[in-house]
Amino acid sequence: MELLLPGLGLLVWTLLAFLIVFFLLKSFAWKPILSSLKERETGIADAIASADKVKAEMAALKNENEAMMAKAREERAVMIKEAKETADKMVSDAKDKAKSEYDRIVAEAQSAIMQQKNAALTDVKNQVGALVIEVAEKVLSRELSNKGDQENYIKQLAEGVKLN
Amino acid sequence: MGMASKSIKTLLVAVFSIFLLLFSANSFASDAPAGGGEKHEASSFDPAKLIMEHIMDAHEFHFATIGEKHISIPLPVILYSPERGLTMFNYSKFNHGHDVYQGYKSEEGHIIAVNEAGEHDTTVTVYDMSLTRNVVQMFIALTLLCVLMIGVANKYKKNGAKVAPSGFQNAVEPVITFVRDEVGKPNLGHAYEKFMPYLLTVFFFILINNLMGLIPGSANVTGNIAFTIVLGVISFFVILFSTNRHFWAHIFNPPVPGFVKPILVPVEFLGIFTKPFALIVRLFANMVAGHIVITCFVMLIFIFGAMSKVAGWGFAPVSMAFTIFIYFIEILVAFIQAFIFTNLTAVFIGQSMEGAHHDEAHH
Repeated sequence: MELLLPGLGLLVWTLLAFLIVFFLLKSFAWKPILSSLKERETGIADAIASADKVKAEMAALKNENEAMMAKAREERAVMIKEAKETADKMVSDAKDKAKSEYDRIVAEAQSAIMQQKNAALTDVKNQVGALVIEVAEKVLSRELSNKGDQENYIKQLAEGVKLN
Repeated sequence: MGMASKSIKTLLVAVFSIFLLLFSANSFASDAPAGGGEKHEASSFDPAKLIMEHIMDAHEFHFATIGEKHISIPLPVILYSPERGLTMFNYSKFNHGHDVYQGYKSEEGHIIAVNEAGEHDTTVTVYDMSLTRNVVQMFIALTLLCVLMIGVANKYKKNGAKVAPSGFQNAVEPVITFVRDEVGKPNLGHAYEKFMPYLLTVFFFILINNLMGLIPGSANVTGNIAFTIVLGVISFFVILFSTNRHFWAHIFNPPVPGFVKPILVPVEFLGIFTKPFALIVRLFANMVAGHIVITCFVMLIFIFGAMSKVAGWGFAPVSMAFTIFIYFIEILVAFIQAFIFTNLTAVFIGQSMEGAHHDEAHH
């Protein structure tokens, strides 16, 4: 059948055309296109890889930051605690000091009071002694008419004695 | 997709056969009363001849014949004969096969040498190297292909790799990456880069000729056995040149028991030739079949029209619907066949290099 018989002309022309087209397209089309595609793909792959790297770096940085933050927070807590302790200590020291001062002052005051009291008592005793002597002098120096008047007088004198 | 189009084709062939059966029954029925007039019509309208004229190569682009006037573009005839030397002239000189020119004559589209008396001269050998319509159309298609592809390549060169593709570049890029990623890489492994120019050329070479062949009035380039033979033979040599020791060892010393070898070795050896042969026949048969089916559906209108004008007009919409349907399938087939040819070539190349890969995979 004629349909299955290849024409010589078409065979030769097709072969020639294919070879020319192959070498033309190979050097002027496929090479630049394929290399561009490859370049783009490697570019994209690199970009993705570097993006991943940057992402990882960011994550590391973030972790580092968080660690630093945590450390800082810890340090702050310690500092606050220490400050508080110091403050407490200062307060308690001040309190202690104030107390000891107070105690000392009180003790001094007491001793002063005691001293003055003793001095006063001594004074009183001295005055009482003087009064007794004065009263006795008066009693002795007065001539008593009766016994009753005498006694009243003593009573009156005794009432007049005021212990300071 | 190939399977789907095949089954659809089968279905259409079945439908078409039923129509033909109906038609033949009708024509038998109408034969008796019509008489001589009908016979005259039948001889003037020969669908088989027209279909063959459509799918065969020719020395002119013939579009229509209105009355006695042929609307056609005659093409250059280039003849070489060892006895007469090189001859070049336009096919129109033959006056549609009626005239003898420079001792040559066109008989049913074939150019033969004639003697003084105008009879076939069998002593002269003629090599017809004419730029037939297949050749011319192929040249146009390939020029278009080169212009388009080099244009796209220049765009890549100009814009660099980092710029997003635009325009036609955008249409071509996925096809190229498809051939690379779905045909080259899976079949050829690491060696794919070496074969990419060949695979891409084959793919686009077939594709553009398939698509150009679908333009009404154009030639059926990829459905010509000469065209597919060239591509098949090139594939054959590419496959052969990429073979390795393992491949030949597998053919001449297959890992089978000794007594099977006398059977298997010839089979394996024949396999070297059947692979490209299958490529040749597949592309040829698919494209021819598509063209025949489309022409048949168009012819049906005139077959019915020859029976009666009403039947012809009545059948025209049905025929057109089927033609348009097949036409879309043929567009699909144009891509599928280009892909199949390229893919199978890649598969065969891959097989011929397989041994090394096989070993790599195992050790």
